[in-house]
Amino acid sequence: MSTPESGTEEDAFAVNDPSIRRMRRYGRIFLGLCMVAALVGIVALIALLYDVVSEAWGWVTWEFITHPPSMIVDHYNPSNYGDLPTGPGGIYPALVGSIYLIVFTAIFTLVLGVGAAIYLEEYAGDNRLTQLIEANIANLAGVPSIVYGLLGLALFVRAIGAGSSLIAGALTLTLLILPIVIVQTQEALRAVPDSMRQASYGAGATKWQTIRSVVLPEAIPGIMTGIILSLSRAIGETAPIIMVGAATSMFGPPNLTDPTGSFAAMPMQIFEWAKAPEAEFQHVAAAGIVVLLTVLLLMNAVAIYIRNKYDRRG
Amino acid sequence: MTANGPQTVASSESSGSATDAAMTDDAPLGSPRVDDAVIESRDLDVYYGDDQALHGINMDIPERKVTALIGPSGCGKSTFLRSINRMNDLIDIARVDGDLYFHGKDVYDDDVDPVALRRKIGMVFQKPNPFPKSIFDNVAYGLRVQGKDDGDVEKKVRTALERAALLDEVEDQLDSSGLDLSGGQQQRLCIARAIAPDPEVILMDEPASALDPVATSKIEDLVEELAEEYTVVIVTHNMQQAARISDKTAVFLTGGHLVEFDDTGKIFENPESDRVEDYITGKFG
Repeated sequence: MSTPESGTEEDAFAVNDPSIRRMRRYGRIFLGLCMVAALVGIVALIALLYDVVSEAWGWVTWEFITHPPSMIVDHYNPSNYGDLPTGPGGIYPALVGSIYLIVFTAIFTLVLGVGAAIYLEEYAGDNRLTQLIEANIANLAGVPSIVYGLLGLALFVRAIGAGSSLIAGALTLTLLILPIVIVQTQEALRAVPDSMRQASYGAGATKWQTIRSVVLPEAIPGIMTGIILSLSRAIGETAPIIMVGAATSMFGPPNLTDPTGSFAAMPMQIFEWAKAPEAEFQHVAAAGIVVLLTVLLLMNAVAIYIRNKYDRRG
Repeated sequence: MTANGPQTVASSESSGSATDAAMTDDAPLGSPRVDDAVIESRDLDVYYGDDQALHGINMDIPERKVTALIGPSGCGKSTFLRSINRMNDLIDIARVDGDLYFHGKDVYDDDVDPVALRRKIGMVFQKPNPFPKSIFDNVAYGLRVQGKDDGDVEKKVRTALERAALLDEVEDQLDSSGLDLSGGQQQRLCIARAIAPDPEVILMDEPASALDPVATSKIEDLVEELAEEYTVVIVTHNMQQAARISDKTAVFLTGGHLVEFDDTGKIFENPESDRVEDYITGKFG
């Protein structure tokens, strides 16, 4: 088809045009490569889940979920439950500690993250300072979590004197996910059509009324999804928790009346089990991972549910 | 300006007041002054950054009449409409020079609160933009934000829906979402929302341009009825629509100039400006 004389009218729609066939072949190769790329992630995830679940099979019991940990690996084995004077070993304090940690982190994140995003998106003018703040937030999202752990240790544990406490841990995790939450909340606010804001101003609303009655209700599904997904990242973070000094093994859940008391969290507990010398502790660690993953998947399910429930436009 | 100082003095003496003198500098053809003006624009310039969107607009808007603003795309008619209730304030780069009087008060004075102004001057937008709330809550929105929800909200909502010729169609589904309505119904819902707090003026920015002919004709009938109680300013690029429903017509032509303002009949039958005549008869635009 490169020269005008090369085709007569009859060839114009020929079914076997070689150049079209060649392009189709390239298209199929490209499709194949894209499918392989998509499968790598899924296969890796399934392999990981299979490995963990098969290791943990038979070790995740109700007793495991409801009892404090033990130094002796036999205490975790369900076949020994019958003859244990001290009761079975489990993950209970760390599970409750992680849940408290996430609840506090959620409260701090909601206030600070949504507040900052509303300021940046709705109030701040488009000036150098705002651009500087936004560029910094984007960069902070990429800072390794251990660095936040060091900051938490210096600032919350030492300077403020919160000690290796739940509050210090939650504040550190809040710093860690705050940049992501701010960016996602900003995107949710930006997705509210300007025509909604105009309609509100046109009806004689003030800026605050517009944000409260129109913008926030529209943006809440996006904001909640962003926060919950960030929290499910936070619940699995180990490095900041180590730096802040979470207890390796606690025998009871954290005491909420003592704000500077120590706490245990699941990633830390799993890490302790995984580095224990006895081979059977690998099963205990896997059981802990299954509990952690279950909590995480439940949180993601809540996020998806909220998104679907409030997303009226489908 | 100093060189033609004597001329300025002469013209202000002959016409009697400073605003009249200002008006003659940049007056459109036709009769830009009306007796019962609610809104008076005097040498109004609007800039978006370095671009000047409106050049010295001088015109009056009469009370309880329909005033149409027509002209080709980009001629500044929507900009002028949005400068009346200071919606242009929401655009960072927009800047306004000159005066715009509402009941004799310059709305761009420092002591004018744009929110209070917008409570007197309601607005209907080009694309129907109901909130994702129930039909009832949509209409009640203006009442609630303006603190006018102390009395019988339900009655006010029903009255507004009735005036917007929508009540019969939605009477049984006031609790269902405003987004479930058809485009034409949504726009009448937006009109009900605008009139529920009982403003004096209603600004309409091409309210029927996104609608089909049947819905359009319903909106047009409604506009004429609304003018019995409200001052209506309507932007349209549909000249037949302007001819059908308006009492006064302002013709803006490209570049943000108001070329002619007069009774609608005069504009469409015998305009003074040749350019307006060309535009009306479809030779350009």
